[in-house]
Amino acid sequence: MAAPRKIEVEDLRLSYGAREVLHGISFQIEANEIFGIIGPAQSGKTSLLRCLNRTIEFTAGATASGTIRVDGQDVRKLKNIYELRRRIGMVAPLPVGLPLSIYDNVAFAPRCAGLTSRSELDGLVEQCLRQAALWDEVKDRLDSLGTKLSGGQQQRLTIARALSHQPEILCLDEFSIAIDPVTTMRIEDVLKELRRSVTIILVTNLTQQARRLADRTMFLWNGEIIELDANEVIFSDHPKDRRTYEYVNGIFG
Amino acid sequence: MELLIKLCGLSAIVFVFGIFFFVLREGLPMLPRLTPGNFLFNFEWDPSASGSPKFGVGALLIGSVSVTVLAMVIAVPFGLGAAVFVSEFCSRKTKETLKIVIELLAAIPSVVWGFIGMSVLGPVITTVFHVPLGSNMFNGAVLLALMSVPIIVSIGEDSLKAVPDSYREAALALGATRWQTVYRVLLPAAKNGLLAAVLLGVGRAVGETMAVLMATGHSARIPHSIFDPVQTLTATIAAELGEARQGSDHYQVLFVIGVLLFAITFVVNLSADLVVKGIRKKSS
Amino acid sequence: MSTPAISVGSAPFAQTRHARKKQRAEFVARCFFGAMAGAMVIPLLLIVGYVVIKGAPAMSWEFFTANPRRGGAAGGIWPALVGTLYLIVISLCISAPIGVLAAVYLNEYAKENWFTRIVNLAVVNLAGVPSIVHGLFGLGAFVYAMHFGKSVLSAALTLSIMTLPVIIASTKEALAAVPLSFREACWNVGATRWQTIRRIVLPNSISGILTGVILQVSRTAGETAPVMLTGVATFKAIEGSGLFLYNPFSEQCMALSMHLFYIRTQASGVKEELSFAIAATLLGVVLLVNVTAILFRLFLRSRKKW
Repeated sequence: MAAPRKIEVEDLRLSYGAREVLHGISFQIEANEIFGIIGPAQSGKTSLLRCLNRTIEFTAGATASGTIRVDGQDVRKLKNIYELRRRIGMVAPLPVGLPLSIYDNVAFAPRCAGLTSRSELDGLVEQCLRQAALWDEVKDRLDSLGTKLSGGQQQRLTIARALSHQPEILCLDEFSIAIDPVTTMRIEDVLKELRRSVTIILVTNLTQQARRLADRTMFLWNGEIIELDANEVIFSDHPKDRRTYEYVNGIFG
Repeated sequence: MELLIKLCGLSAIVFVFGIFFFVLREGLPMLPRLTPGNFLFNFEWDPSASGSPKFGVGALLIGSVSVTVLAMVIAVPFGLGAAVFVSEFCSRKTKETLKIVIELLAAIPSVVWGFIGMSVLGPVITTVFHVPLGSNMFNGAVLLALMSVPIIVSIGEDSLKAVPDSYREAALALGATRWQTVYRVLLPAAKNGLLAAVLLGVGRAVGETMAVLMATGHSARIPHSIFDPVQTLTATIAAELGEARQGSDHYQVLFVIGVLLFAITFVVNLSADLVVKGIRKKSS
Repeated sequence: MSTPAISVGSAPFAQTRHARKKQRAEFVARCFFGAMAGAMVIPLLLIVGYVVIKGAPAMSWEFFTANPRRGGAAGGIWPALVGTLYLIVISLCISAPIGVLAAVYLNEYAKENWFTRIVNLAVVNLAGVPSIVHGLFGLGAFVYAMHFGKSVLSAALTLSIMTLPVIIASTKEALAAVPLSFREACWNVGATRWQTIRRIVLPNSISGILTGVILQVSRTAGETAPVMLTGVATFKAIEGSGLFLYNPFSEQCMALSMHLFYIRTQASGVKEELSFAIAATLLGVVLLVNVTAILFRLFLRSRKKW
């Protein structure tokens, strides 16, 4: 039997109250690939990510059915939700700096997981801030408040925080909204490095970003998978679905 | 730890029902003997009479209602007027100061108000209005008004603040003055919240004990003028419970009055809550 | 070049009569409403001033530290001060922790269902119960049903039930002021609900919580009706000093609020300035605590972390 894929989604259906937002989608994500998800707003991309790490459960009225398996394990049957969330790093679109010092922001997750050794935390904080392309700007003021950083810096802080619990899967939900193009490039370089050890799911409105980074891309629209294929196909002149071509080329979106 | 938290959450319900339960329990034996006829609509209150005690709370109800109504007649115009001022006509610094003053006014204990009613207002009333007794309905009403105004102002101001700025901007862009904006746009838009503010003020006034106990006099009779003494439901309980023997009829009736008070304030608070929910439904 | 069609003899934005009338109405309205607001400031200042002035002659060191004489009609108010302090400390030690944790439950854990709605309704209604009904409850439940008798304990428990719902409401408000995005960021990194609360939510709402508790201190000091039936005596001297002056299970205490009531309504032969002095003291305590809470709130608002 072949080894289980990193992530398997089977017939995932999600509703907010009476409104269904994901209509029974199924797909798989391989280990160590960069998996792009593109689609217009309100397609269910963010909801999909929240189903993955089960933070959807914090939204009142949200009901989901179907199966999601990570490394072959059904995420709903896992006893320790928090461990699942630690294995999955999540970067939300809007930057959120916790009202703690920059150091404590990044050290937050390891501390919750039980790490207390100061030297280990120091090393981890530096590594994560470097990977988020933020270290040089804040290394002299690690004690200042995370909430006082600029929007772009807070977004990189969020990325550093997502990396701080050393996830196997990193989900980035439109991470470059609040960041300038130069910093975006730096982070994209980091992602290309990270994919050697981490599986990356990249949700983005910028189809060109998916084209640059992803191996395979999924076009999600109105809660349905329109097309899922290798980038060479999706971004070519002849993808399998006419709508994919139209969306990628800005004919609608 | 999380278990402890859940237990504390449940304790809140337990206590509300507990209050109702224990107060009802002490008055329960008396309940079957009280009909609306001899209890609510009976105007003779003489529970310790040795021959045939009278348990009519009619006069007491009228006492509570009359003091409250008179208090609201005074408090509502001033309270809503001040709410409009603080919300619409005020500079920021004045607003901060006024809000602090209102908060301090609200903090004055009711026994101090009662004291003021007896020692300050009473003599003023007898001199100015030439009436024999300083402790009367008017005295109590003025005190209750001063006690209810802070609630009316703060909740009224909240509901005016909740009216979206776009309404104000639209009106001002059409050339309306501030006053016209208030009169034609804001007051109608905020009327539910203002109504709730008044209701909560009423709730405060009806439930008030010490101030009315001290300042309205002792007379369980229907008043004929606003300068007559009255006795409210709350004051009756406070004044007579000390003398009533535990378990006696008098004692139990006082507890039944307590249940009545609980029910009245419950209804008033519930209506205020429903009125506020009415706003939320409309604006969502 | 043709002449302009409109005569520009009068300036285009000059005041019309109608506009002047509108401005006058505006001015009048502003004064009117300002007077309404002022009508509240004036009573406060007059009352405080008058009471303090009339009570000042009697407020000596002896007044504050001596025992009352002649059954409470004269002398000092030391036992009343001590008793009030006892009541405040005991009742808040019970209601503050329970109230804060209950609010944490309601705001952070409870799912939005009919049960939670009933709990919230219960809290709101508990806050509106008349103070004398609290007294009846204390009498029925603590004094008689639980056989604590008329004691400091009964009075303190009655007061804690009185302050509980307000502490719950103000704590909930303080917790809700912490943005949801902070909590979501914590959940995303695998923190448990309690870790999120302990590390982020509580430290950033503690100021609001404390302000709410401080305000209840002044309320506890001023209430009479809940305690007059449940454990406060009109006259009880205190001898000696030390931490435990009362056995809360069996003894009654005096309280400042009750003392004022008794002096003004039942005691005879009381010097007028004495009663004013007691009123001034109670007023002073209450206003001092409230001003502290307000200043505390302002100070913390200036140190906001986001």
